[in-house]
Amino acid sequence: MSETSGANGEITAQTVEHLADLARIALTPEEVSTLSRELDSILHNIAKVSEVASADVPATSHPLPINNVTRPDEIADVLTLEQALANAPEAADGMFRVSSILGEEQ
Amino acid sequence: MANNSELTRLTAAELAAALTAGEVSAVDAAQAQLDRIAEVDGELHAFLATDAEASLAAARSIDERRAAGESLGALAGVPLAIKDVLVTTDMPSTSGSKILEGYRSPFDATAVAKARAAGLVNIGKTNMDEFAMGSSTENSAYGPTLNPWALDRVPGGSGGGSATAVAAFEAPLALGSDTGGSIRQPAALTGTVGAKPTYGGVSRYGAIALASSLDQIGPVARTVLDTALMHDVIVGHDPHDSTSLKHEWPSMAAAAREGAAGGSLNGLRVGVVKQLMLEGVQPGVKARFEESLALLTAQGAEIVEIDAPHFEYAVAAYYLILPAEASSNLAKYDSVRFGLRVTPDGAGTVENVMSATREVGFGAEVKRRIILGTYALSAGYYDAYYGSAQKVRTLIQRDFAQAFAQVDVIASPTAPTTAWQLGAHGGDPMQDYLNDATTIPANLAGIPGLSLPIGTAAEDGLPVGLQLLAPAYEDARLYRAGAAIEQLVTERDGSPFWAQAPSLVGGAARKAAN
Repeated sequence: MSETSGANGEITAQTVEHLADLARIALTPEEVSTLSRELDSILHNIAKVSEVASADVPATSHPLPINNVTRPDEIADVLTLEQALANAPEAADGMFRVSSILGEEQ
Repeated sequence: MANNSELTRLTAAELAAALTAGEVSAVDAAQAQLDRIAEVDGELHAFLATDAEASLAAARSIDERRAAGESLGALAGVPLAIKDVLVTTDMPSTSGSKILEGYRSPFDATAVAKARAAGLVNIGKTNMDEFAMGSSTENSAYGPTLNPWALDRVPGGSGGGSATAVAAFEAPLALGSDTGGSIRQPAALTGTVGAKPTYGGVSRYGAIALASSLDQIGPVARTVLDTALMHDVIVGHDPHDSTSLKHEWPSMAAAAREGAAGGSLNGLRVGVVKQLMLEGVQPGVKARFEESLALLTAQGAEIVEIDAPHFEYAVAAYYLILPAEASSNLAKYDSVRFGLRVTPDGAGTVENVMSATREVGFGAEVKRRIILGTYALSAGYYDAYYGSAQKVRTLIQRDFAQAFAQVDVIASPTAPTTAWQLGAHGGDPMQDYLNDATTIPANLAGIPGLSLPIGTAAEDGLPVGLQLLAPAYEDARLYRAGAAIEQLVTERDGSPFWAQAPSLVGGAARKAAN
């Protein structure tokens, strides 16, 4: 995989391109190459979590578990239409305006 | 009272007393800080936004309310610098990112709202690593902040702006956020004080999210008491943040005053974790840390060596959990409802616009972590990476539980080195990551931590921080012990540590850079 794959070879240029597509970030070829190298090196350093993560250890998703946080179902903290649209890059007729949702091929 | 430079060198507690006594007006206090910012911030770049009109109007309103005989909060009229991660209605909020340039929030973050309700005056928004991703503030899209102790050095990060603001007398108090050390490490590198409260102690509503299971908002100041006073203002349950704790918090300021009064260190069991005494810790940092342990022992504290075998996996777990959560939190920057929009050539679909926007709007470190997080969460890798990291989290919590069965607090150097040269870690993200090894375990376990200055390192004359950690909900214990240690350091040096910071006036700043 030549120079675009890092020390472990786990992260290739194709992997980075696929991940960037999933994350909706356009990348230049230079960025793809740099990220392939860097991510491979970072993963090399952090993969050791699996050394101690045996099956009998429960996972912690949250440091201080809080369960079933509820509130009364009452309308509150409502933004006005004007406030909601104030930071929009583009708005029209009281709505967020975007370009086409579906591409031509779809 | 007094001229500007005297006003800006008051602690928040002293300034609050002068304001209450009517010796100083809130407008005078705000103006003094604005003048100081105008004088030194061109060089330091601690602030991303100030608005003299807004600050002075807020200050005027406090003066009027006080004149009308209204009973005000203890800190009413004291200026407050606010990290740009917290949204504010009176100034823009960017989280250090180009993607949010000019963003104006329709509401205040709860911590900000509480500060305003207590009468504090927003004096400006402080610089930070983009979306709080970094340990040096060099990842800010708006350029780095400099360390007032040496202008060729970083102030730490991500909250380098807030730390520099208080260290350089641009504000007596600031707010920060700590996801892996972003309050404590900059405090150490700038010779100031900062606290990461117990997870959920302070509301995150209106804090621009980085990693939701780790983020915590906290206070920044020059003294332990001032930090505690600010903590008391922002602490408490908030129905807007479902992770915020319903808990009756004791007064942190009362704990700090108790600690400063002396006697509280006698019999205190202080744990020193073997795994937090990192290899490669700078000699001057190690020397100051050992000296502070000797100060503690002389007061009757007992030092207990602690083994926390899983701490060595903390950085690895953190750099899986954080990117995973960040990749999800940052999906909201989609160019639709707020923030930047970049339309590629030939327009294309909303997805093409989103990709082009995020290409331009995010800096290198943000892209790196989003891609890494996307990888850690992707099918086939989830169990090996994210799942394993969450198990490591459990093991680290168990290590802390065992440690706190033997000791009252844990002590360590806050950071393994003093402030490094700008650009010194450039090109090697892992170097910054490994540097966070001392602060990260507290975030993974949700426990509170405090950093306070304990002297300068012999080899470079730069500040060294002591980190104290306590069990969840025991934040007051940190302020009691922290204020006691601060008192011992002041007695040793003959003056408070903050008073040793360079004054940066009349070209002294330039000179210090050489």
